[in-house]
Amino acid sequence: MPINQERVSLPDGGAMEDQPRWRQDFPIDWPQDHFVSRRDFTKFMVLTSLAFTVGQFWILAVNFLRRRNGESPLQQITTMDQLPVGGAKAFAYPAEHDSCVLVRTGENTFVAFSQKCTHLSCAVVPQPERNCFRCPCHEGFFDLTTGEPIAGPPRRRLPKINLEIKGGVIYASGVEERVV
Amino acid sequence: MIHLEYVDRPHSVQTVPVVCMHCDSPTCAEVCPADAIKKTADGVVQTARKPRCIACNNCVLACPFGVPKMKTEFKLMMKCDMCYDRTSEGLKPMCATVCPSQALFFGTRVQIESLRPRSTPTNRFQFGGQTITTKVNMMTPRSGRSEYIDVTAAMNERSSGKQMSLNVLMEGMYQEDDNAD
Repeated sequence: MPINQERVSLPDGGAMEDQPRWRQDFPIDWPQDHFVSRRDFTKFMVLTSLAFTVGQFWILAVNFLRRRNGESPLQQITTMDQLPVGGAKAFAYPAEHDSCVLVRTGENTFVAFSQKCTHLSCAVVPQPERNCFRCPCHEGFFDLTTGEPIAGPPRRRLPKINLEIKGGVIYASGVEERVV
Repeated sequence: MIHLEYVDRPHSVQTVPVVCMHCDSPTCAEVCPADAIKKTADGVVQTARKPRCIACNNCVLACPFGVPKMKTEFKLMMKCDMCYDRTSEGLKPMCATVCPSQALFFGTRVQIESLRPRSTPTNRFQFGGQTITTKVNMMTPRSGRSEYIDVTAAMNERSSGKQMSLNVLMEGMYQEDDNAD
């Protein structure tokens, strides 16, 4: 209920409920009109944009206070002795549903790629004996070491997962998104 | 913003200040096609809002008291808003503050009734079939006890200074006698 309802007085002396719709749409009384003056609007715009600016600096400050500022989180995948040469292990990085695969190609060489085929997002299967990833949906093939498409419909490389090895433990430390 | 109007220009230089009566149902706002004239919660009818006013002159023509004035240099209707910048902060309107004879008075009904014991404030005006109640009151003789001031009936009267204003007031008082004649 708007305030000062009892002060609203109409030319025919009737009640506001009996009035035509346009009178409610264009009320004469200031409180019912929701009239916004230019100054109020400008004030709103200035304060809102100021709040957005302060928010950006706040995000920047919080990012500096974090341990790995601006970088993707570290996530342990497995240890070196759990994975034989030529073995593969699926994991999720950086989020729960971003499935990736880690392949041990040599004694000290590891590669990890996103499992999502760049053609139509099927899960690719590593085939270390043939030195490639195979997508079973449309017979797409990617190079095992670089992730380059080598056969089939895919035209873009698989996103590469950066790896860090510390004391025999393998960590995923970032995603190299490559669009071309 | 108030203005002065001549009472009877051909015969006298007498002027009368015209202040807005602040109608409960303001005709100027009713006729405004741009929805520019607003009445605040305390019953004061404001000057047209500048972003909305289209300077169409409807309010100037419609106001029964002849209050709104078109400021063509600003393309804006301006009228008495009871010095809203002053009265909203507890000060009196400028006209009532400077009036040497207290013809314009700003205060409560109790105050003015004790100051003018022979008069009573009236805020009902009759314009033909239209009855207007206002926030601003006009003092009428207490002895008359007129319910309202019939303005259109007084328009046919010969206007001559003080005589006219008395006739305006008498019209309501002796209406029944006139009918009997």
